[in-house]
Amino acid sequence: MSVHLECLLRLADSALVHSQRLSEWCGHGPILEEDIALSNIALDTLGQARLLYQHAAQLEGAGRDEDALAYFRDEREFRNFTLLELPNGAGPRDDYAVTIARLFLQSALMLHAWDALRASSDAQLAAIAAKSLKETRYHVDHAGQWLVRLGDGTDESHARAQAALDRLWPYTHEAFEDDEIDREAARIGLAPLWSTLRPAWLATIDAVLSEATLRRPVDTPFRSGGKSGAHSEYLGYLLAEMQVIARAYPGARW
Amino acid sequence: MSTSGAVATAADAARIERARALVAAVPDPEIPVITLADLGILRDVRLEEGRICVVLTPTYVGCPATEAIREEVLRVLADDGLADARVEVTLSPPWTTDWISEAGRERLRAYGIAPPHTMADGTAAGEAPREQPIRLVRAQPAGVACPRCGSHDTERLAAFGSTPCKALHRCRACREPFDHFKPY
Repeated sequence: MSVHLECLLRLADSALVHSQRLSEWCGHGPILEEDIALSNIALDTLGQARLLYQHAAQLEGAGRDEDALAYFRDEREFRNFTLLELPNGAGPRDDYAVTIARLFLQSALMLHAWDALRASSDAQLAAIAAKSLKETRYHVDHAGQWLVRLGDGTDESHARAQAALDRLWPYTHEAFEDDEIDREAARIGLAPLWSTLRPAWLATIDAVLSEATLRRPVDTPFRSGGKSGAHSEYLGYLLAEMQVIARAYPGARW
Repeated sequence: MSTSGAVATAADAARIERARALVAAVPDPEIPVITLADLGILRDVRLEEGRICVVLTPTYVGCPATEAIREEVLRVLADDGLADARVEVTLSPPWTTDWISEAGRERLRAYGIAPPHTMADGTAAGEAPREQPIRLVRAQPAGVACPRCGSHDTERLAAFGSTPCKALHRCRACREPFDHFKPY
């Protein structure tokens, strides 16, 4: 697979898998307004995924379309960051703090990534980035405000927000750990070198964490490998649920 | 040759204008009081090898109305005998609420939706807007005017509403909740 295609699939799969996790709250949100907000954000990221898949399919030129890329690839072929496939909760129950913390960490990353991708040598990717950036600003804003409310809220909400950050933080390193594909994509002007985005990302994170009275977790050596196809045990279950209808009724229309 | 060419050009221009008028008047499926032209998503209508090509730009990338709009545009043109028309979607320059026409803003207000405030300073309609500075915890937009009573004594209840483009507000003066078309 070409570096160009790999690069698009990392973005597309990350958007799709995050959208799928966010949409799990649809009908289960803690309050109606949040149910609607998370569903809206899931829809935005799904829209990003669709544009990226359509572009990737056209680039590949192998007869696959956006649905083939989303529904008919297996776990090892997905290139999303591992962070995004982790469940919405730390235990058997979904935890809103985990969802909000992840939404904040990922949206803050994409805020800087989309901003840089507007200068991509791939004109269509640059156009997708310019549109996605506008929506991502609302996502960062929303998640950031909730993180402040949770962190600077009750003892219980503070403890759960901190636990969520502690749990997710080790998985954030993957994005900034440049591999051969990242380096080649940067060399040909397709994408920024992701490691260079980290200082700006940390500044965005720190500003909110300090207002939220939360502590930035300590960096550890653990590195997840989702962007190379080495996923956690959670992705298979997520894909099974997401892909089952398309695979049971291939080509179905509604 | 030049005479027939000029005739063809005039006829073509008339066809384009007729198609443009039809498409411009198509209502938004979610907010039917405003048209595609009001919304600023109709970017171009042109002839390509004798076929009408309509260029649209999406509002929010995941907005489900996009597909409905495309189908409605094709239906309206087919009803007028242009069954071979096609729709092209362009992402660049990205749509902004600054492209919503004055008439469209007024119709939104009359419909009970507070229109978006402008994001760009001094950019003409159709130009790419100047980017907003990226800020994290934005101050609440200072009192979006209530579309019913005009009071600025309003508050935001939720940043996300019934469609991707709207937020939910409440007027403290007349006590009515209302939608606000978010600046984009």
